Amino acid sequence: MTTQTLNRRSFIKLSAMAGGGIMIGLYSDKDLLAQQRGPAPAPTPINPNTYIKVHPDNTFTIVSKNPETGQGIRNSLPMIVADEFDVDWKQVKIEQADRDDKYGRDMGAPTVGQIEGGSTATPQNYQPMRNVGATARAMMVAAAAKQWNVPAGELTTGSGVVTHRSSNRTATYASLAQTALSMPVPELSTVKLKDPKDFKIIGRETKGVDNAAIVTGKPSFSIDVNPPGMLYAVYEKCPVFGGKAVSANLDEIKKLPGVKHAFVIDAPPPRPAQPPAAGAPPAPNVTWNSGVAIVADNWWLANNARKSLKVQWDEGPVASQSTVGYNTQAKQLAATQASQTPAGGGPRSVKEGDAEAAFKTAAKVVEAEYYFPLLSHAPLEPQNSTAHYKDGKLEIWSPSQIPQIFNAAVPAGIQNSDVTFHLVRAGGGFGRRLVSEYDIEVSKIARLVSDERAKQGMPSVPVKLLWSREDDMHHDNYRPTGHHFFKAGLDASGNLIAFRDFVASHGTTSVIPANEFPRGHVKNFWVSEGNVSPYGIPVGALRAPPTNGVSFVMQSFIDELAVAAGKDPLQFRLDLLKNPTTEPPTFSNVGFGAPFNAKRAIAVLESVRDMSDWNNRKSKLPKGTGLGVAFQYAHSGYVAYVVELAITAEKKLKVNKVWSAIDIGSETVNPTHATNLVQGGFIEAMSHMMAWEITIENGRVVQNNFDKYQPTRMRNAPPSIEVKFLKSEFTPTGLGEPSLPPAVPAIANAIYAATGIRVRSLPIGSQGYSWT
Amino acid sequence: MPYKLTVNGQSKTVDVPPDMPLLWVLRDVLNMKGTKFGCGIAQCGACTVQIGGQARRACQTQISTVNAPVTTIEGLSADGSHPLQKAWLELDVPQCGYCQAGQLMSAAALLASKPRPTDSDIDLAMTGNVCRCGTYLRIREAIHLAANGGRKA
Repeated sequence: MTTQTLNRRSFIKLSAMAGGGIMIGLYSDKDLLAQQRGPAPAPTPINPNTYIKVHPDNTFTIVSKNPETGQGIRNSLPMIVADEFDVDWKQVKIEQADRDDKYGRDMGAPTVGQIEGGSTATPQNYQPMRNVGATARAMMVAAAAKQWNVPAGELTTGSGVVTHRSSNRTATYASLAQTALSMPVPELSTVKLKDPKDFKIIGRETKGVDNAAIVTGKPSFSIDVNPPGMLYAVYEKCPVFGGKAVSANLDEIKKLPGVKHAFVIDAPPPRPAQPPAAGAPPAPNVTWNSGVAIVADNWWLANNARKSLKVQWDEGPVASQSTVGYNTQAKQLAATQASQTPAGGGPRSVKEGDAEAAFKTAAKVVEAEYYFPLLSHAPLEPQNSTAHYKDGKLEIWSPSQIPQIFNAAVPAGIQNSDVTFHLVRAGGGFGRRLVSEYDIEVSKIARLVSDERAKQGMPSVPVKLLWSREDDMHHDNYRPTGHHFFKAGLDASGNLIAFRDFVASHGTTSVIPANEFPRGHVKNFWVSEGNVSPYGIPVGALRAPPTNGVSFVMQSFIDELAVAAGKDPLQFRLDLLKNPTTEPPTFSNVGFGAPFNAKRAIAVLESVRDMSDWNNRKSKLPKGTGLGVAFQYAHSGYVAYVVELAITAEKKLKVNKVWSAIDIGSETVNPTHATNLVQGGFIEAMSHMMAWEITIENGRVVQNNFDKYQPTRMRNAPPSIEVKFLKSEFTPTGLGEPSLPPAVPAIANAIYAATGIRVRSLPIGSQGYSWT
Repeated sequence: MPYKLTVNGQSKTVDVPPDMPLLWVLRDVLNMKGTKFGCGIAQCGACTVQIGGQARRACQTQISTVNAPVTTIEGLSADGSHPLQKAWLELDVPQCGYCQAGQLMSAAALLASKPRPTDSDIDLAMTGNVCRCGTYLRIREAIHLAANGGRKA
């Protein structure tokens, strides 16, 4: 998919590097066209997307362009380049790229080129990174062929060395670099990629490139950025969403120990929403919330000053809203609208067949109401960003997952070209840093600080904005809630004949499962929605939207249907998957963004059935122990879990064992990190299951910190989570997200199997359950 | 006011308010960024250091109460050679890595008092240290690996 685009529109260029090495880059035709457009006014210089540096000592630096938040991309993208370049991983050092639009759309990304989101990095960069490595290798081979006057076809490579076997000659890439510089760059279409069976790095375990720094406490994270002279800021915002700061006792605050500056910051006037023209990059997001900034010598002093801060807030209309109100309205919507046929169709609602007529003929009708709450992302590193405004330019260090969207230039009052944007390792993302309003806030504060100091005749200084955990929990973009009102019909043989889901939501596609299984596997399928309104709570993407909630409701309700049909829940799913009611789509070998492929779902389910010895194990479980199963197609990956869980009469739960089978295509780039991500996805699901819930009262978040938002802890973690990656013929896709969603219903279904009690609402900690 | 303390064997004097938490003295006054801020209320363990060999939450330890030598992640070993650090690398424990300094400091205190801990010893000692990414299985395994002299059991 991206290959053709790249072959047609991208090319490789080599350039000399100070100190004798060379740099190898993948260029886009945008740069070329800009050059060809000259002479007026002046040709744009080619801006190399540099990926490989060949050093004189025959070691190599490979640039990682994407933000690293723990998903392991700083290993996996360079691994792909290194393998095709045919060097050893131990010869490679990794360098993190700054934000640069040269990494933009031409690398095949639909929106931006430097994003940690949507499990897109692997599928969108796999082919381009192979092209970079393979072309660079081809050039080294061509250089050796020229030097030795032998056919390139007689040459082999390995460990950064070209070998001519018959004459027993070898040359390092470093020694060939200068010759390579003078060689024509081959057309990408003529460059031969490795046969995957010859991969030496892709599919092998490479350990995190920052691990040594992490375990020895070297500054590695955004919060650790510490430029000389830095001051520390806090930013107090209205606890009610959308509220504004009117005034504050700034004079009093400025007298407190260590406090250097304090400002009331107004929100910008709302801009008219203009969708970007087709093909254009997304409009920069320059919205920020009003609030009060306090800047001090250290963060504790700045944060302490908040105790003395008195702000007059204009709380605005959201102050009358609450979770109780939203939930009441959701039930009213279900009562009044669930029987109405939705207008139109499209992705948000679907009606295939006639579910209502089928319910009348059904031998059994099952109805159930499901709910999942708002969630906060709670990455362990609270939101922060560091910026220095100096002489009309801004330098910023950020943990953003999407540095090309939130535009720090605008609040600093400068042009984008005057911003230097460093991507710094983030202490977790989970989607929270897809909204990096802290970058906006810090650039505004940094500008105000430098301007105020200039008036006092003092030099500018960098400013670190750090949110407290409470700030983080109170000002998130929350995983949206879902109220699902299900109804399904079974015939006398227990076959599913009709499936209905009415969703009460709040104007986001995030929770509408119109394309979910069992669509295509039941003749009458109907999903529609009603909107809770007004709804003033900001919502956003949490790891694996929308299936992080939808999988819980769909895979739990499917489980109910299996029970109602008197069938084994794993076999019931397989039977449905093997009997499509509409013609399945034709699949190419492209894994990314492909429609639901029942064969891949069947494969992971059958695999996890065999791994867990499902049938045999189920028949031998002691009382109070249950096996649960669930599968999900999420972010182009297929994941199935089986969970064995024990429960006491006091509703104390222990996850005994977990099995997981996964299909993310033909290669798992870095299996050690991939396994870690799957196990972590399950552990996160346990938090969703037991304890995580954000509630709203008077337009503000009730939960302050981890004491009221308990993450899964060591003592809750199961003794083992077995992970198996199936190799399919599809191009590789990402793993950050798919591992989470089906873990939640697999646990819920195990609770049912153990107790006969169906979990229909999350979290269960408020329903008397706890971990042992 | 001035406070004297020993951090990783070195004597330091800091002039800070008596109620300033050790965490912020380390991070913002001594510029030792290895110890992390996660919650500020001793719920997550990211700020775990050792004071007199005991695992303590630096965010809840006022500087005026520090009366024994402090060891931070920067001082766990001179060169990353502590058996736990080696085990962490061997098993590729980190995902985002943000909690791992605190995890290591808690684990080191555990091994100092219980050289061969059981799973339940580990669960008990480590349950105050949150890993949001969920690397608990590898942490558990790495503690066993270090306790076993680097040999897999």
